[in-house]
Amino acid sequence: MFEKALSGDRRYWGWIFFLLLIMGTGFIFYIKQLNYGLGITGMSRDISWGLYIAQFTFLVGVAASAVMLVIPYYLHDYKKFGKIIIFGEFLAISAVIMCLMFVFVDMGQPMRAMNMILYPTPNSIMFWDMVVLNGYLLLNLIIGWTTLSAERNELPPPKWVKPLIYISIPWAISIHTVTAFLYAGLPGRHLWLTAIMAPRFLASAFASGPALLIILCLTVKRISSFDPGKEAIQTLGKIVTYAVIINLFFFVLELFTAFYSKIPGHMHPFQYLFFGIEGHGKLIPWMWTAFILSIMAIILLINPNMRENENILIVSAVLVFISTWIDKGMGLVIGGFIPNPFEEIIEYSPTVPEVLITLGVWATGLLIITVLYKIAVSIKEKTV
Amino acid sequence: MVMSYESKANRRQFLKILGFSTLSGLGSIPAIWALTPQFAIRNLQSEKRWAMVVDMKKFRTEEDYKKCIDACHTIHNVPDFGNPKDEVKWIWKMPYRNTFPEQEDEYISDGVKQMPFMVLCNHCKNPPCVRVCPTKATFKRIDGIVQMDYHRCIGCRFCMAACPYGSRSFNFREPRPFIKEKNPEYPTRTRGVVEKCNFCEERLSKGLSPACVEACKDNKALIFGDLNDPDSEVRKVLESNYTIRRKPELGTQPGVYYIV
Repeated sequence: MFEKALSGDRRYWGWIFFLLLIMGTGFIFYIKQLNYGLGITGMSRDISWGLYIAQFTFLVGVAASAVMLVIPYYLHDYKKFGKIIIFGEFLAISAVIMCLMFVFVDMGQPMRAMNMILYPTPNSIMFWDMVVLNGYLLLNLIIGWTTLSAERNELPPPKWVKPLIYISIPWAISIHTVTAFLYAGLPGRHLWLTAIMAPRFLASAFASGPALLIILCLTVKRISSFDPGKEAIQTLGKIVTYAVIINLFFFVLELFTAFYSKIPGHMHPFQYLFFGIEGHGKLIPWMWTAFILSIMAIILLINPNMRENENILIVSAVLVFISTWIDKGMGLVIGGFIPNPFEEIIEYSPTVPEVLITLGVWATGLLIITVLYKIAVSIKEKTV
Repeated sequence: MVMSYESKANRRQFLKILGFSTLSGLGSIPAIWALTPQFAIRNLQSEKRWAMVVDMKKFRTEEDYKKCIDACHTIHNVPDFGNPKDEVKWIWKMPYRNTFPEQEDEYISDGVKQMPFMVLCNHCKNPPCVRVCPTKATFKRIDGIVQMDYHRCIGCRFCMAACPYGSRSFNFREPRPFIKEKNPEYPTRTRGVVEKCNFCEERLSKGLSPACVEACKDNKALIFGDLNDPDSEVRKVLESNYTIRRKPELGTQPGVYYIV
């Protein structure tokens, strides 16, 4: 099947080489980081995680969102998703690979990464995150590849994949729950120490993932002869609408607990993120952008007549994606470190090498999506 | 006859001795158990729990702080990068409001408000850093010391996010060129690993007290000892003074106490 990715027009190859260029740049700067150390980034002893872990957290959500196609299609026999389910699974593969890469580039001693397996430590949530993420990657590789091969040969998928598909449903929930537990179990980090961290993660995941899928599906429709189907896209739009509203609701719950209880530690991170503290407020414009974009998206999406217009739908999807990317990436990770355990406000901004390495990982993910989608679209163009 | 009686008596005596020694041999099993290494380890677990009392009344001049900090940082090859972003520190000064943020009170005496406190790793009884470490590179010893294995650490910095006391530093750059004078007795670190105060475990194993404690032994500003020994100096100081610990509400059970 892989040969399908090796034939394409000039536009296709131009895009591939563009991505390779960004990947190459990122790789050169990663070598620099290896030689110099993580001091090449904006991170410090106070803000000890930054842009990399922010991307990781956000992308786990994107990966988990494939379940929003799997549940309707396999559990509720919603046939309209049949044509695009492979895109959800391939998006998950790409997102999980990006997650693993972001964790890897964040390591101070990447050569010792295998210590996680040599000295397995079940009391560490990171150990479980490694287990569930790699398991989820494997599940989606097997399911995606097998079902697509079957489709190419115009056969029904083999029976043995069914149990794997059913396992992949709770597994998708688990990757995001375990990732939330990385944060929600730490004493003394007020923004993170909340029982609704996992539900919040899932709500924003089911907003951002399907939003990205809408963008990808409409792109596929524009550049190929394959049509994912209007109704499938509209159903994705409904899922995004519900999820983005639930996500906002959960955010309001957090604000209520913090500001009605008036416990300083609970209020500080929100004050820092949205208003700044003691004149420090690098994230204020970002957080307000995220907030306003999500309100705009809700206004556009909540009216079915507007949502049915694919141009409005794709704009809303872009708004949701950017909004959740800010909120659940930098907002969540940096907000958790400010104020620091000494109640000092020490800020963070990523450096140029850090941004280029981040772009390099994103380019790798996009390359994987491009290749996998190319294969899937080539097969579907023939069979449809 | 006589001869045979004697030999009989000898035999009886011999059997007696044999019997007794067998019994005493059986009786010595608990003693042998007690001496086996396994038992020794189990015993050690409840033997010691190292702790420190910081007597802030004794810190008066800048020099009082400096000599403790310098003693620690010199002996442990702690690099000085000269900027806060890359900073590595094991023991340092912090204002009262930063050390005890939950105790904030605008009417507290100026003396306390202005006073910098000595802060270091708390060697918690329930250390969150140990709980989250994915490789056991940071672990709690049976004597309560929370220690680092610099060779196993993968540099994920989960422990830094988990520590509610900001006690941990990361080698964001190669530290060796920034060590003023290398102490060959203690290892230097490489970039990409986490480090922190180790309660001078390398000195304790030689029967010495921690470097900072020794540096201020004139005025006994730092008191170090075993919490499990009711006759130890720390226990006596804790009994005769009101002490506080940092963020006790988190249940970490810090091993560093403060006399304000």
